[in-house]
Amino acid sequence: MNTSTPQATTQAAAHALTTSTGERAALINQLRVARGQRARQRRIIIAILSLMVLAVAIASLCLGQTNYSPAQVWQVILGHKVPGASFTVGTLRLPRTAIALVAGLSFGLAGVSFQTLLRNPLASPDVIGISTGASAAAAFAIVILSLSGTVVSVFAIVAGLFIATLIYLLSYKGGAAGTRLILVGIGVAAMLESLISWVLTQAGQWDLQEATRWLTGSLNGSTWAETLPALIALGILGPLLLSQTRYLDSLQMGDDTAAALGTRVERTRILVIMAAVGLISFATAATGPIAFVAFLSGPIASRLIGARGSKLIPAALIGALLVLVADFAGQYLLGTRFPVGVITGVLGAPYLVYLIIRTNRAGGSL
Amino acid sequence: MNEVATRRGVASEQIRQPRRRRLFWLVMAILILLALALGSVAIGARNVSPADIWEGLQGRSDNVSQAAVVKRVPRTVLALVIGAALGLSGAIMQAVTRNPLADPSILGVNMGASLAVVMGITWFGVTTAHGYIWAAILGGAIAAVFVYVVGSMGRGGATPLKLALAGAATSAALTSFVTAISLPRGDLADIIRSWQIGGVGGATFANVAPMLPFLAVGLVIAMGSANSLNSLALGDELAAGLGEKVMLVRAVSALSAVILCGAATAMAGPIGFVGLVVPHMCRLLVGVDQRWLLPFSALAGAGLLVFSDILGRIVARPGELDVGILTALIGAPVFILMVRRSKVREL
Amino acid sequence: MPPRELAVQDLQVGYGERTIIDGLELAIPSGEITCIVGPNACGKSTLLRSMSRLLRPKTGQVLLDGKDIHRMQPKALAKMLGLLPQNPIAPEGITVADLVGRGRQPHQGLFARWSKDDDAAVAEALEVTNTVELADRPVDELSGGQRQRVWIAMALAQGTETLLLDEPTTFLDVSHQLDVLDLLTDLNRQRGTTVVMVLHDLNLAARYSDHLIALRDGSIRAQGKPEEILTAQVVLEVFGLHCQVIADPSTLKPLILPAGRHHMLEHAGL
Repeated sequence: MNTSTPQATTQAAAHALTTSTGERAALINQLRVARGQRARQRRIIIAILSLMVLAVAIASLCLGQTNYSPAQVWQVILGHKVPGASFTVGTLRLPRTAIALVAGLSFGLAGVSFQTLLRNPLASPDVIGISTGASAAAAFAIVILSLSGTVVSVFAIVAGLFIATLIYLLSYKGGAAGTRLILVGIGVAAMLESLISWVLTQAGQWDLQEATRWLTGSLNGSTWAETLPALIALGILGPLLLSQTRYLDSLQMGDDTAAALGTRVERTRILVIMAAVGLISFATAATGPIAFVAFLSGPIASRLIGARGSKLIPAALIGALLVLVADFAGQYLLGTRFPVGVITGVLGAPYLVYLIIRTNRAGGSL
Repeated sequence: MNEVATRRGVASEQIRQPRRRRLFWLVMAILILLALALGSVAIGARNVSPADIWEGLQGRSDNVSQAAVVKRVPRTVLALVIGAALGLSGAIMQAVTRNPLADPSILGVNMGASLAVVMGITWFGVTTAHGYIWAAILGGAIAAVFVYVVGSMGRGGATPLKLALAGAATSAALTSFVTAISLPRGDLADIIRSWQIGGVGGATFANVAPMLPFLAVGLVIAMGSANSLNSLALGDELAAGLGEKVMLVRAVSALSAVILCGAATAMAGPIGFVGLVVPHMCRLLVGVDQRWLLPFSALAGAGLLVFSDILGRIVARPGELDVGILTALIGAPVFILMVRRSKVREL
Repeated sequence: MPPRELAVQDLQVGYGERTIIDGLELAIPSGEITCIVGPNACGKSTLLRSMSRLLRPKTGQVLLDGKDIHRMQPKALAKMLGLLPQNPIAPEGITVADLVGRGRQPHQGLFARWSKDDDAAVAEALEVTNTVELADRPVDELSGGQRQRVWIAMALAQGTETLLLDEPTTFLDVSHQLDVLDLLTDLNRQRGTTVVMVLHDLNLAARYSDHLIALRDGSIRAQGKPEEILTAQVVLEVFGLHCQVIADPSTLKPLILPAGRHHMLEHAGL
């Protein structure tokens, strides 16, 4: 049937009301099958990603300067004393891998939420100043106020939320427009970066080490004390974000269309932003702003999942994968020990550029 | 007939009015600049008396105060020169890209220049000022072209948003590279870090001299393209219709902007926001005619930088705040204000 | 199900400091096609948006079946009132079937269980808009006319009795404009859907509307059947346009013949 002439449409409309139940049923079945297929494919991809994350996590526990077998690692996890392994695996590697997982999941989830909300793959918390806020506060706390440990984390979280609120308010003019939010965020990020630069000039030699961590992101010296708050945040804010998946996805069609479908636009926006900022801040407080993870997880998830469904969970898994792999590479695969943030930055940069080019060329919204 | 003559008289009067206003602001700008320059020499960690200033300016350093004045002179000159370069560079970039948010730091030129300089220091052992400048220009040019190309692909061409995002993404990427290169070299970390902040402290005439030829070249090219840039503001097609060689004008002006910005970054590290904010302020005072806007931006840029430097010395006594930090702290809120005031459609 | 009454009382609405509409009263006839026309910036989009909860009135109420729509749950309202805004955005790579499926959002709970009703609604929407063949294609690849039909299908899948459309025919070429308007007429005649749309083409509005509302500067200057209210006088008052109004020989609806400065015969126009 010719689908484009007016007559054809009228015929079709008239036809629709006299469609035999059989034809209608066939169409319904066709739709169901197609949808089922897409959902199944998505579930498979998520399963594969989960397995990969598990595999790299186990590898990072077993391998290193000294290698331990999975059995030994398991013993340590159970709490038994294994000579040598208890320290290396139990005290050093376990918290490190745990925080890598938690931070990676958090960064990935928060990044994709922002990008979906702002309808823009480049609008990621690390570009629009939110991660920078947390890092600046942490660097300030360490160098100027000479604090350390949990207090620094608290500082970072408060700053992250404050900066996010500030950016939101500054861009709010009868509803925050995505463009304005991004531009204001870039401006705020620039200010914060200059603050960080100044703080670093005030740093003595020892403090410089820790301060550098807050600039690039590093998992060195991770302890359980730092991992716990981030884990709790993920446990609470993660499901909260996931509960908004439907409304978040509807916002992709534009504020008006989403509202017409019953989405509470401003409420969803605020919820998503606050949850995402919370995740980022808690994670940044533990590891520093691991470059590009929030940025890249969403677009990589897009390439894998495409139009098959929500990208939130896949992006979280990809974030975890990125952090685990980059940290491992940074520790053992290159001559010098590089912090994880530098690895993700250097590896992520070309891919990021490729993504920009591809999105722009395909006429995507940027 | 009389009516027509009167109307014509009124019209030409109205045209002359802006001229007078611009002259007024031009004179004001020069006076303010002189005052600031004087202030820069007078103010600092150590208080000096007018007599000391007079003696110091004449080159005599009989006492400590006069010596301080003598030391501040090249610093002031450097700030003036760099500020002028940055202000001019920003005005040119905004004209070439027809984009109110174009600025060397937002377009990634700063980071490109930084990366090139850091690479030069760590890998190629570059140590001379000339070396830095050429490296910075090269890096800045590559980064600017890249950001512009990436930002203009897809629907709508180079909208302010796409350009800003492409610039931010590229800057983030380049920053990672800079860290990756400089981190293993602990010995060079301090040099790199102090240069990266963006400051004019410790300037001597030896620092300033290499910059001057570049500034002169950039200035000459810029002023020469002023008329063409006016036509470019109407849009590529209209400008071509008026007889402009659009591609050539774009390329040459952009090159002058990169030269100016690159040289400035090489001498004092990446300083942001001057090129963004200054042309906007100047536009409010002297209008959009590039023949007035460009030199005015240079003057205003010089003034802003000297002012920031003075502020940096006052605010953080007895130490000082580097000028790059202050321009960000002053410039970013202004930038945010600009974003708020424009309707989103415009952006 | 009988269509519900959409009414506007004493409406004052605007953006920020500006008031665009002040003290407007309106009752949309149910089961009919209503078109809102007017010159640029007269408030027609603003009016439509306030009728669909996108814009909060400063004073006054918008009532659906006697209930204030701003007091209703957004989801509940979305099941009764559908809106197709200007410039909807199709998520990248989404297929037609999925996009139409998004229209079922108001009917689905937190865990997105797809019921038989949902699939049936999507299937029917696809059939009515003649987009069944396009079901598996990405929306990005469709032509303007096809895409607009798909958006209407999405609004249809919502299963509402009232449908608001903001300039559904702008950017479409003429044959597709008629295509869309004929489709909306089918919906109205065959299912009793109340259609309210903002149109920029006066002649199309005259042809397709049962009820015409002419707006200028935020107030209604004329409303009623096109044949009854569309006179040269009204067009002059609302649009500032000199014209002659005749009966369209093919439809007997009013046809506006604008009078310009050139090409006019001596006796024509005014």
